[in-house]
Amino acid sequence: MIDQPREINIQLMGKDYKVSSGLTIIAAIEYAGYKLVRGAGCRAGFCGACPTLYRRAGSHKLYTALACQTLAEDGMCLVQVPFVPVVRRPYDIEEVAPSANIILQYYPEVAACVSCNTCTRACPQGISVMDYIQTALRGDIEQTALLSFDCISCGICSSRCPADIKHYPVGQLARRIYSKYLLPRSSQLADRLDEMETEQCEVEVETMMHLSTEELRARYEQRSFETVAGRDQKHSAIQKWGTAVDPVDYRDEVEEVAY
Amino acid sequence: MKLIRGYPEYMRKSIKQVERTRPNRLEQSIPPMSLDERKALLTKFHPDFREDQKRALACGPSKGMRIHRELADLLEAQPLVTSTLDLNQIDFDVDVLIIGGGGAGTVAALWAMKEGIDPKRILIVTKLRHGDSNSTMAQGGIQAADRPNDSPATHYLDVIGGGHFTNRADLVKALVMDAPSIIAWHESLGMMYDKDADGNFVENPGGGTSRNRMHSAKDYTGLEIMRVLRDEARNAGIPVVEFAPAIELLMDDRGRVAGAVLLNLETKKYRIVKAQATILTTGGLGRLHMQQFPTTNHYGATGDGLVLAYRVGAELIDLDAIQYHPTGAAFPAQMAGLLITEKVRGMGAQPVNKDGELFVFPLEPRDVESSAFIRECYERELGIETPQGMRGVWLDSPMVDMLHGPGTIEASLPAMFRMYQRFGVDMTRDPILVFPTLHYQNGGVVADERGATNVPGLYVAGEVMGGIHGKNRLMGNSLLDFNVFGRRAGIAAANYARQAIAGKLSLAHVEEYKRQLRDAGIDNDHAAPQILPEYRGQEALERMLDIPI
Ligand SMILES: Cc1cc2nc3c(=O)[nH]c(=O)nc-3n(C[C@H](O)[C@H](O)[C@H](O)COP(=O)(O)OP(=O)(O)OC[C@H]3O[C@@H](n4cnc5c(N)ncnc54)[C@H](O)[C@@H]3O)c2cc1C
Ligand code: SF4
Ligand code: SF4
Ligand code: FES
Repeated sequence: MIDQPREINIQLMGKDYKVSSGLTIIAAIEYAGYKLVRGAGCRAGFCGACPTLYRRAGSHKLYTALACQTLAEDGMCLVQVPFVPVVRRPYDIEEVAPSANIILQYYPEVAACVSCNTCTRACPQGISVMDYIQTALRGDIEQTALLSFDCISCGICSSRCPADIKHYPVGQLARRIYSKYLLPRSSQLADRLDEMETEQCEVEVETMMHLSTEELRARYEQRSFETVAGRDQKHSAIQKWGTAVDPVDYRDEVEEVAY
Repeated sequence: MKLIRGYPEYMRKSIKQVERTRPNRLEQSIPPMSLDERKALLTKFHPDFREDQKRALACGPSKGMRIHRELADLLEAQPLVTSTLDLNQIDFDVDVLIIGGGGAGTVAALWAMKEGIDPKRILIVTKLRHGDSNSTMAQGGIQAADRPNDSPATHYLDVIGGGHFTNRADLVKALVMDAPSIIAWHESLGMMYDKDADGNFVENPGGGTSRNRMHSAKDYTGLEIMRVLRDEARNAGIPVVEFAPAIELLMDDRGRVAGAVLLNLETKKYRIVKAQATILTTGGLGRLHMQQFPTTNHYGATGDGLVLAYRVGAELIDLDAIQYHPTGAAFPAQMAGLLITEKVRGMGAQPVNKDGELFVFPLEPRDVESSAFIRECYERELGIETPQGMRGVWLDSPMVDMLHGPGTIEASLPAMFRMYQRFGVDMTRDPILVFPTLHYQNGGVVADERGATNVPGLYVAGEVMGGIHGKNRLMGNSLLDFNVFGRRAGIAAANYARQAIAGKLSLAHVEEYKRQLRDAGIDNDHAAPQILPEYRGQEALERMLDIPI
């Protein structure tokens, strides 16, 4: 059980403020009267715009977090980090090859990793950052791509790394090389593109375009649905999209309300 | 306030009721509504049907169009600059200016370059950082008909029926016909889509689709698309100016759009961009909080592009239809409005009221489902009120693991699970509280299939553009549309820029718009574009002195 007071005291960039409890760090800063320009983007943990450096009451340790995904706590002393100026090195995705040393060519610093695990401890996404740096060092592009996937490029790891490693550009490079060169291409997509050369697809679409709304509506209502294996029971609890009941808006059925 | 595993005690009592009815509900659901029932529910409870919340635009090219009050206020607000602004010092002289560094803007920049424009003659300007956008937040996926049992024509029918047959046919054609080649482009750029062992995409169904054609990258699809596009724009050396929103478009003496006025958000210094062609890719308007709804949108989604385009004479369409997503988070307060993907209901979680009763078929259409939640909370008074005064209903998420096996939530909804965990709620063990949230701007600026508006020199793409989705967009079609129309607008703008020679820059249209406002009897002192929403604490604002220092 947590007992939360109604108001808490926090220190923003060294100044004391009383703010209502239960707010994220972003909201607490705003509550105190700041209009945020830097340090807020998606406000939902997807963009990495809001790295925060903080201390807790009675502790000497520095922590890192995403301000939009972390509750302000009583006694917190914090500062927003507007951005981390991490270097990325340009490359041509058509020219890079999926060779074992490709990442080292662009980011030789990776070899200087001292395995201190600071990056992993700092990562707000809970990614095993050190592991993906180690796999990069070993030339394992696939593992680097998979391990780094949830990265939102906040740069917190790089700001703490004693070896000045550029973590998120390393992950980005690995993911693009992996997806472009190591994952097989979709043959179904290639077939569709071939088919589209023949104009057959366009003719079908054009036909639709020339139907009256009544005819279109009739076709729409008669659509057949792809069923999902094992999930085609009509009103079972595990009704899945794409079964006969079609979860789109039906506002058009409300005829008398003209738009 | 005492919190027990994330919830206050009184909510715990309600959760007990949810747990009590769960065994029965696991066995049986309730049937969907009839069309008549849906109709009655929608007209009474859906926010878009509240005529008292709308009004007709008093002036401008779409005069008379009935839209939500908040948006009408914005369109009828005073410009931030006047025609006396000095336009002689040009800070950036470019071929193609792109306003908005989200998905649509970045795609447009890359294709303007492929079309032959020197990357140094392209400029992306954006409000926050490059990529801080709705695009980054998309979780579910992107549609494209590329499997053998699917076809662009089938996709067409889904899109147009989903949009209540109000979509512009030529735009839908462009959308579905370009889709496969967009995915192929992404594949060649190295985007990490979920694939099977043979390299074919793992494709899921989505609301309103008759085939499984939702391509995804876990529940970080938009993030993956956006970060690769940004990486590619960096490799290409396309210049980007961040924290510099456009606050007004510029026209030349021949009535063509020819650039924009930018505002440095930190120094408040303005800068002038002269451009042969301008592409507006400013995204949506969730942060206007229509009817006080919370939103899923990013911090900069304040509909600026609509305001800018309207003042130069661009027409608007379908802005009366705003998409509310039924399941936005209602508790904890820190998450209010954030999107809980449809997938949670798709996988079996049911919406139940404070007594643990299932009150609506879980997969009604989005607007019907939303209306049912609103009725439960505000007419039947069977919702759960949060300590902050927001009401919501339970979404019984633990059912997902019970139906599909333990670990399902963590594996297939990692972003969702992580978000709740951060705020002390375990959604595998306890239900989550939800209420409809403002999600998407269905309409926007009118444009043709090349992204060209009715004003020469002005192109649009992405959420700011209207007509593609008619009155209602289906999930997965907006990630697609910003790619399709971003590409088309980039190409068209590049070709236009090659022949155009922008004349003398002018802000006369701003004076003209002010005159129209006066003639319409509108006399207000609020200004637009809004740029950022106001979230500062009441107490701080009340004692704020507006002193220049
Ligand atoms: C939470 C969430 C989930 C979603 N899930 C899906 C999904 O699964 N599938 C799907 O297809 N769609 C989804 N969508 C919708 C989709 O993500 C968006 O509609 C789409 O990405 C919009 O792209 P855009 O480039 O037009 O706008 P954005 O990506 O929002 O980019 C607009 C950019 O313009 C900038 N800007 C705004 N005003 C100005 C100005 N005055 N000057 C300069 N720059 C400005 C903004 O800061 C922003 O960077 C989702 C949306 C949200 C919010
Ligand atoms: S912080 Fe730097 S040196 Fe330490 S483990 Fe991570 S990458 Fe290696
Ligand atoms: S890996 Fe680094 S940049 Fe990526 S999310 Fe973690 S801390 Fe942020
Ligand atoms: S604001 Fe985007 S991650 Fe916090």
